[in-house]
Amino acid sequence: MSERSELTIGHSSSASEASTPSDVTPAAPSRANWAEQAVADHAGAEHLTREEQVLARIEKARRKKSRVKEERITLSHGAGGKATHTLIDAVFLDAFRNPVLEAMEDGASVTIGGADESGAGGVRLAFTTDSYVVHPLFFPGGDIGDLAVNGTVNDLAMCGARPLYLSAGFILEEGFPVADLQRIVDSMAKAATAAGVQIVTGDTKVVERGKCDGCYINTAGVGVLERPGLLSAATAKPGDKIIVSGEIGDHGVTVMLARGELDIEADVVSDTAPLHELVADLLDAVPDGVRLLRDATRGGVATILNEVAVASQVAVIVDEASVPVQEVVTGASELLGIDPLYVACEGRLVTIVDPAHADAALAALRSRPLGEKAAVIGELKDDPPGLVLLRTSFGGTRIVDMLVGDPLPRIC
Amino acid sequence: MCLGIPGEVVELLDDGRDLAMVSVAGVRRAVNIGLLHEEKLAPGDWILIHVGFALSKIDEREAQAALDWLQGVGDAYTDELEALATSDIT
Amino acid sequence: MRFVDEFRDAATARALATKIAGLCEPGRQYKFMEVCGGHTHTIYKHGLEDYLPETVSLVHGPGCPVCVIPMGRVDDAIAIAEHPDVIMTSFGDMMRVPGGRGSFFDSKAAGTDIRMVYSPLDSLKIARNNPDKQVVFMAIGFETTAPSTAMTVLRAAQEKLDNFSIFCNHVTIIPAIKAILDSPDLRLDGFIGPGHVSTVIGCKPYDFISAQEGKPLVCAGFEPLDILQSVYQLLLQLKEGRCEVENQYSRVVPWDGNPKALEVIGEVMELRPYFEWRGLGFISHSALQVREKYASFDAEKIFNVPGVRVADPKACQCGEVLKGVLKPWECKVFGTACTPETPIGTCMVSSEGACAAYYNFGRFSRERVKEATHT
Repeated sequence: MSERSELTIGHSSSASEASTPSDVTPAAPSRANWAEQAVADHAGAEHLTREEQVLARIEKARRKKSRVKEERITLSHGAGGKATHTLIDAVFLDAFRNPVLEAMEDGASVTIGGADESGAGGVRLAFTTDSYVVHPLFFPGGDIGDLAVNGTVNDLAMCGARPLYLSAGFILEEGFPVADLQRIVDSMAKAATAAGVQIVTGDTKVVERGKCDGCYINTAGVGVLERPGLLSAATAKPGDKIIVSGEIGDHGVTVMLARGELDIEADVVSDTAPLHELVADLLDAVPDGVRLLRDATRGGVATILNEVAVASQVAVIVDEASVPVQEVVTGASELLGIDPLYVACEGRLVTIVDPAHADAALAALRSRPLGEKAAVIGELKDDPPGLVLLRTSFGGTRIVDMLVGDPLPRIC
Repeated sequence: MCLGIPGEVVELLDDGRDLAMVSVAGVRRAVNIGLLHEEKLAPGDWILIHVGFALSKIDEREAQAALDWLQGVGDAYTDELEALATSDIT
Repeated sequence: MRFVDEFRDAATARALATKIAGLCEPGRQYKFMEVCGGHTHTIYKHGLEDYLPETVSLVHGPGCPVCVIPMGRVDDAIAIAEHPDVIMTSFGDMMRVPGGRGSFFDSKAAGTDIRMVYSPLDSLKIARNNPDKQVVFMAIGFETTAPSTAMTVLRAAQEKLDNFSIFCNHVTIIPAIKAILDSPDLRLDGFIGPGHVSTVIGCKPYDFISAQEGKPLVCAGFEPLDILQSVYQLLLQLKEGRCEVENQYSRVVPWDGNPKALEVIGEVMELRPYFEWRGLGFISHSALQVREKYASFDAEKIFNVPGVRVADPKACQCGEVLKGVLKPWECKVFGTACTPETPIGTCMVSSEGACAAYYNFGRFSRERVKEATHT
């Protein structure tokens, strides 16, 4: 073997010296103050020797009040995972706290014009808002315009409401082509018509070149709650079934690839679509059987299931083999080392249903093209509460935790 | 980090930069094949992709041998289970 | 997916598990180390331990290139990124690795231009598109990744790109394995060899493990059945009193490795006299640096790299975890001060790190969970 191959193989090295070689005197090391501080913050915990004890202590640590430890906002704070939840809990919820906000659903359910505090006789409305910063603005299957309409329509639908009115706020960058804006607005108009909502108010701001990325859109929406009962992540019970309305991850993968930075091509298009009709059919078919509806946007299906596990203190058991994923999405995920369970959808919902109504719910979803690939992907158990467990296709068991960090680009 | 994914060579890109278009379950990317100089690559060959480079050509005979062995283990197990199910020791 | 799905079959796994159980001598405990972080990831991601008898335990090794980067090197990289005309590129895994003053993510939030790339070659594209910037690729990885970095440098040289360089942190696997074998507090029965490193270096460099150290090694693929089969082969060797290097991953790993890949590494890089490993300390001849011939592509020569050394936090036991002496949960700060969202140790950062894999995928009591998932 030549000297060259030897150097990689390392035969010649005396690698066993795991200490400082004598011919070098590296500088005395400094200490990472932030790390020492983090350790000190958790001091006092005795060194536990059994796995069970350690797991119990971790659960306790996870239930502690959230605190934003970073000095600055990082991209993780917008990724929909753990950092986003921490930010919302510690900063927004703490400052704005009220019972409606505390429910932490996709939209707020409020009653207006009731005779008394209970709201009896009043009109029940769902109210929500969402901002859209997707890059690129145009991608296979959609653009920021229909995303901005469908996303807010879906948030209202997930509250069980019939969407009625939307607002549209635009933040535009100096130099942004008017033709592009026209294209975006046209697709918003089309999406609004398709969803049966009207855009009734709006706002426009222009910022200097470089201060935003072309075009950002904010939409808020109001819908009317015509059905009794409340959908909530906290009402799920052991035995309930988990259903997704179709193949997951299409939108996230499409947008990631559309950015062009990965130089990857695939025949996949965004699943952006309004889900209110699908939801109406489902609620008509099983008026008492639906516990919760969520659209699986940022953070994907995994994040929703974690929210359910924590809010209802149940164990969520998912069967990997029954989760519908397109082959190209699986391929892209393998290539990029990501898990489709965390990849965003813009036209897929997750619902938790009473097991007695699961078949009817599935049939209702499958009767529409948007729900034809709907599938039961798992069920709820009572123990261990707060955890999402995956029965892998391989036959093993693992946890599906909240998304941590986010190496993924802006996708909605 | 040591993530390596099998992909199928779809096309050798003749642009002097040692690139081949590779498909992973329908997902396509140009991959550098400069590290496989000794191998004669052709469309239909499978390679192992790591950070945009082909590290190794997949030996289909060896893959089949591995699968045959695994299949044998599975079959023997099934036979045994069946034998157990049909056996009568009463 | 071909060459993937076939090696994830649950029915075959059940059959193989029975054979594995049959090979175990009653009362004997077996400890095998999977050297590579990719294996650790596969084991947890597929829940592979469900198939192993309680007497067989898998010990997670040091083969996670992100996990072994010392804090000081992160600080050095950030110091380079802080030059006003620098664009730093790196793999996604590196972004959250904490240095003494925070991570790449923190640095980016504070104003530096650090970008994730899929391939080192993508950095060249960025360099071509930004001729007025210096593009520095934070190169990390074992022999699996070093050839790709070397090829990228050769390509840059060929194109005469004068605004591209690498900050070389490539490490080599054999010295790390030697350090493990020299660790007095660990008793291992065998090794699951790092399959993708072996596509480059081949299987011969492991001879000393069987010949001198008396431990069997099976070079393994990355699908769960590959790993189960490798455990089976290790147990069979022990039962038959053999001690050999075997290649379970022969569909991908040629016995002699990839000579071309070794050649390009040798062309561009040479061994460093010593390199600091996170938790393991200084190991001589355990890392690569850019050869003088390619000095114009060596960020350590172009920039004034401070050469920061940051001691591992006293409470952090990454070293013991990397050596397999401690299980992740046995570390004092595991899951409390050190979590994936606020990692102290590198093992908690990469999805291939033993601590992160355990925290994200395996943080449950098998006894309690059995009832929930298998009924």
